[in-house]
Amino acid sequence: MTSPLLELKQISVSFEGFLALRDLNLVLNQGDLRAVIGPNGAGKTTFLDVITGKVLPTKGDVIFKEKSLLGQKEFRIARKGIGRKFQSPRIFENLSVQENLALSVSRPKTPFSLLINSLKVKHLDQIQHLMSIVNLQSKANISAGALSHGQKQWLEIAMLVGQDPDLLLVDEPVAGLTDEETDLTADLLKSLAGDHTVLVIDHDMEFIRRLDCPVSVLHQGHVLKEGSMSDIQKDPLVIEVYLGKTDEEEQ
Amino acid sequence: MSIFSTKKSWINLTIWVLIIAFIIAAPSLLPVFRLNLLGRYLSLAIVALGVDLIWGFTGMLSLGQGIFFALGGYCAAMFLQLNTAGEFPNGIPEFFGLYGVEKLPFFWEPFKSSIFTLISIWLLPAIIAGLLGYLVFRNRIKGVYFSILTQAALLVFFNFFNGQQKLINGTNGLKTDVTQLFGQMVGSEIMQRWFFWISAILVILAWFFARWIVRDRFGNVLIGIRDDEARVRFTGYNPVIFKTIIFSIAGGLAGISGALYTVQSGIVSPQFMTVPFSIEMVIWVAVGGRGTLLGAILGAVLINYAKSLVSEALPASWMFIQGGLFILVVTALPEGVLGWIRKDGLKKLLFLIGINKKLETYPSLEVNEQGEVKS
Repeated sequence: MTSPLLELKQISVSFEGFLALRDLNLVLNQGDLRAVIGPNGAGKTTFLDVITGKVLPTKGDVIFKEKSLLGQKEFRIARKGIGRKFQSPRIFENLSVQENLALSVSRPKTPFSLLINSLKVKHLDQIQHLMSIVNLQSKANISAGALSHGQKQWLEIAMLVGQDPDLLLVDEPVAGLTDEETDLTADLLKSLAGDHTVLVIDHDMEFIRRLDCPVSVLHQGHVLKEGSMSDIQKDPLVIEVYLGKTDEEEQ
Repeated sequence: MSIFSTKKSWINLTIWVLIIAFIIAAPSLLPVFRLNLLGRYLSLAIVALGVDLIWGFTGMLSLGQGIFFALGGYCAAMFLQLNTAGEFPNGIPEFFGLYGVEKLPFFWEPFKSSIFTLISIWLLPAIIAGLLGYLVFRNRIKGVYFSILTQAALLVFFNFFNGQQKLINGTNGLKTDVTQLFGQMVGSEIMQRWFFWISAILVILAWFFARWIVRDRFGNVLIGIRDDEARVRFTGYNPVIFKTIIFSIAGGLAGISGALYTVQSGIVSPQFMTVPFSIEMVIWVAVGGRGTLLGAILGAVLINYAKSLVSEALPASWMFIQGGLFILVVTALPEGVLGWIRKDGLKKLLFLIGINKKLETYPSLEVNEQGEVKS
């Protein structure tokens, strides 16, 4: 068996005594699609911060492609093949859709190369391809700030894919989207899995169900339960901490 | 992949034609005193271009560009003094004698060479800006803290230069007016005409250079840093390197600007490193239009020209006018004059006065699929 793509070992993060994550373990294999759910404050975003190098864990180790990521700069981790989508869409609002994608697909990402070389045909094709995936061809020259919320979310996902990462970390991709857009996003992420490893964090149960993938439930900084969506929903512990007790039970 | 709307390039072209026509006509139209002033302001446009690169594009408000401006000026002035020093005792510039210095301080030795001077005018400020910038950016100091830090650095340099009589003549600065170059007095009319031409050509070259930097993906990364630095990092770019490079380039431009300004104003002194002067540089860019290179040039030249005209007529009032102008731009034209024109500002003004009529809906809805305007 090949070694996992990403492995989090006994990760703990403490913010001035408050444990945001405690002894978190998680393994992702090449091509996995994994959903992570959890109530507010369960440490979902902190957990992404640890992987992408924004937060240094107090304890534990992050192994990516058999090497530790601890202490590496964010941009180096990004170049190693980890792409991250933020909770609220973060794109370059004053650049056009095409320019946003051009920055994401450019290689190498050094100042000198950006000044001297023009974008390769291969990369121009890639930009066209990415825009067709997320239906933004008609908006190619429009500044990204003028896009709708849903289109921004998609542009950010397209930028992520343009980085050609092995691992995509997607934080709440459907927040604020319509039902239809949510379904399209779910299909998009499913189609990306396989070639890439995708980890999705979200609240939206319908969306998670549609992803149809293993789910990890995060609670108070550690993994409470892993399994399929239907298993998770039957688990009494998960129901108690996350879905909440029903009115009858409380009485 | 920069996408130019035809309108934007049309506006640019018009302004360029006007500028170049004016530059060509100026030497025969203006008396030498005015020409000299114009030449000075053209040289200030070069430092403004640098301010625009770091502030307008990259979002880093530096209040310390005076440091690099003055360094360029000192390099040029010392070269001219050394070039003329043969007539003085010990073969060194006159002022050294006042403080009992008999031997040229070692670091001035290479400035006897014209090639070394021409290189160090921009390279020395660029290196110092690069070092300073790298230390600041590596520690992720940005926003207001960056501005305060650059201003503090400016004050450090200002006080240091003021105190160094034996090295650089302290508060008095270095005069260039009575020095010699190519057998001519630097302050003479013929030399000043030459400096006007050199300033005009270098402004245009500096514009091309800055344009080349921002026109493609490098410039887009700078804009990305301004808008969302974290996203730049997670896209795989190292913002520290980009910021260091652009800060260094702005420093180099400031040095060239300072050297040209020095030879045309006849003196370089620590006054170039006062706080208000560095803030004025920012005002030129803000008024002209931050993020528009042409706006930086126009802002620097027009505001300074207005300053000299107003100061001659109403000596005490310029500061109020400048302050008022800044407030007007910040509140009413946040993108500066050029940004305002590019965003159809004139048309909107005509709507306000009621000369033009507004469209009833979005322009795209008033046109049907064949591109005809709906009745």
